[in-house]
Amino acid sequence: MSMFKKTILTIFASLLLMGNVLADKVKIGTEGAYPPWNSKDESGKLIGFEVELANWLCIYMKHDCTIVEQDWDGMIPALLMRKFDAIMAGMSITAERQKTITFSQGYADEVAQLAVMKGSDLEGMDTPSGINLSLGGSDVKSALKTLTGVLAGKTVCVQTATIHQNFLDSGDVGKIDVRTYKTQDEVNLDLAAGRCDAALAAAVSFTDYAEKSGKSVVLVGPTFSGGAFGNGVGVGIRQAGDDVIGQRDAQLLEDFNKAIDTARANGKISELAIKWFGFDASM
Amino acid sequence: MGLLAYGDTGWGDEFFFATLMTIAVSVAAIFIGFFLAAIFASLKLSKIKALNLIGSFYTTVFRGVPELLVIYLFFFGGSGAVMYVAKIFGYDGYIEINAFITGAVSIGIISGAYSTEVFRGAIQSINKGQFEASQVLGFKKKIYYYKIIIPQMLRLALPNISNVWQITLKDTSLISVTGLVEIMRMSYIAAGSTRDPLFFYSFAAVLYLFLTFLSMQLFNKLEKNYSKGY
Amino acid sequence: MDLMIESLPKLLNATKLTIQLTLLSLFFGIFVGVFFAILRTGKNKFFYYIAYYYSYILRGTPLLVQIFIIYFGLGQVEWIRESFLWVVLKEPYSCAILAFTLNTGAYSSEIFRSAFETINKGVLEAAAGLGLNKIHTFFKIKLPIVIKQSLPAYGNEMILMLKGTSLASTVTLLDLTGVAKYIISTTFRPVEVFIVAGSIYLIMTFIIHSFIKYLEKKFSYPQ
Repeated sequence: MSMFKKTILTIFASLLLMGNVLADKVKIGTEGAYPPWNSKDESGKLIGFEVELANWLCIYMKHDCTIVEQDWDGMIPALLMRKFDAIMAGMSITAERQKTITFSQGYADEVAQLAVMKGSDLEGMDTPSGINLSLGGSDVKSALKTLTGVLAGKTVCVQTATIHQNFLDSGDVGKIDVRTYKTQDEVNLDLAAGRCDAALAAAVSFTDYAEKSGKSVVLVGPTFSGGAFGNGVGVGIRQAGDDVIGQRDAQLLEDFNKAIDTARANGKISELAIKWFGFDASM
Repeated sequence: MGLLAYGDTGWGDEFFFATLMTIAVSVAAIFIGFFLAAIFASLKLSKIKALNLIGSFYTTVFRGVPELLVIYLFFFGGSGAVMYVAKIFGYDGYIEINAFITGAVSIGIISGAYSTEVFRGAIQSINKGQFEASQVLGFKKKIYYYKIIIPQMLRLALPNISNVWQITLKDTSLISVTGLVEIMRMSYIAAGSTRDPLFFYSFAAVLYLFLTFLSMQLFNKLEKNYSKGY
Repeated sequence: MDLMIESLPKLLNATKLTIQLTLLSLFFGIFVGVFFAILRTGKNKFFYYIAYYYSYILRGTPLLVQIFIIYFGLGQVEWIRESFLWVVLKEPYSCAILAFTLNTGAYSSEIFRSAFETINKGVLEAAAGLGLNKIHTFFKIKLPIVIKQSLPAYGNEMILMLKGTSLASTVTLLDLTGVAKYIISTTFRPVEVFIVAGSIYLIMTFIIHSFIKYLEKKFSYPQ
């Protein structure tokens, strides 16, 4: 790194230190638009599984935390920009993301599934109830083949920059018309409007939408996990570095991991998962 | 209509503040633009070819590239870009990275490109005689610029500045992608929450029309003022 | 640097959509523009005001709001989904072209209107004197003058429309800006992508600019 860049970074880092990085204050970023993981109530307050879990983890870490809202597509850049120090936004741990940031251990599992409107010809697919892409094997292959056939030429809607989009773009289900949207909400709206033949997202977000909107959204096909879908949801943190902030990040990672261990051991994660998802999605 | 009630039951108060935010970002942006325009217009009017080129580069790029792309550049490039730009103008300090600054600077840079052309055109259209007469009368450059040229330039530029203002005002709707809660963003949130996009986006259109109308009144008044004696 | 080279094919591929959107919108927009310009210069007060308010509303509100009303707003209205309008409003592609056409139509109508108004009365009198009927006058005399008068301002409008198509990315379309944003958000290298995508836009701007200059030459009277 050139001398010039080093100077800028040092000034920036030291000013940032003087600003808000002092000791225990930790800012956690979440989307606020991905129920039941995180969303907002009528008054605009952030609520959800992760909002509650974050507060508990902070108690265990003995850190003073604030939860900050951030649009999904700017989530990682905002973390890198130091707008906040950790991401808890239903973000799955994937190898792709690990190139830029690091993750704590996973705290909850997220399975994805396709959703259609009732009466769609995609209902009643002949596939196993769930496939794990990391495990591979012949039943995964045949399920993918069935899906490719059924989805050929169809329009499938996803939220942008998600594991769901990555999966559809990967070619594992052949050539389909992938439409990307800024938020899951927009995906749901267009699915209900009949603009999408199907949509792909976390199964729980569809059940949540069906419940809240009263629309007849139906889950079809197998549940997906592994492979492009990553290994559970974890806390996103900046990668450790040599400078003051970088070392603080390394410490933060450790603290989160310890806190997650605590929350798992005392059943807190399971409790919150059952409250928000209706089943124990903890990892 | 109850949706727009002021207070907790309706969105009226949120939209009021969102409108203030739109005005605030637009004003910040246009002044950032004026600041840049003053610099780049002089570059374009300079006798040195290289400076002309720098000026042209600025106006060509920021009037030719879509606003969204410029906004993404600053939104994803974040603090680094903003601080780098500020450093060029001598501001070395820490700038808090927030959506307002990102938005105002991105739109400001674009607005400045348009304003540069307006300033340049206005100065060039001032009768050469004015410059010569001032010099003959022995006025120093600084003085005649401030007292004679610039007032005339403002008068000539005003109608076009009014256009630049309209453009800037409407461009602020694009900052909604960065999360800043101005009119567009507010209608996005309200539409999502109430599942009534048609009502809220139409309402946003009404708000913008209102601001456009007010602006036109304001500029008409300004033009009348500045044209006194002509 | 290698990102710039890597991203080029994807960006160029997306440029095709951008060009389509621009050309189609401009094409339909001209008809809309001429139509409203005629309404504005006509004698009928009612039509005059329809044209006036059409132009006022579409130029006084951001294009983003317009495209959102058409795509997201109308898309949620039940009876629209069941009507023949759904043929156009279902697809983001046609929604975008509709929004862009209406928008450029408004700006174009202003340009054409002002060109119509500056036609020298003397020319029209001469045409009448020569016995040319209304249709002839319109196509052989008025139109060429309007075209020549409008060229500089319309060239500007063409560039504005080109930039406007970038908003198609907000309604799921993968145009040049949409793909650029995708690449930026996955590689976190905004500067490089901006340079490549921006340059493509600038090249297109340059082409439009040169085309207009060429037309200006063609339509000018031999000196």
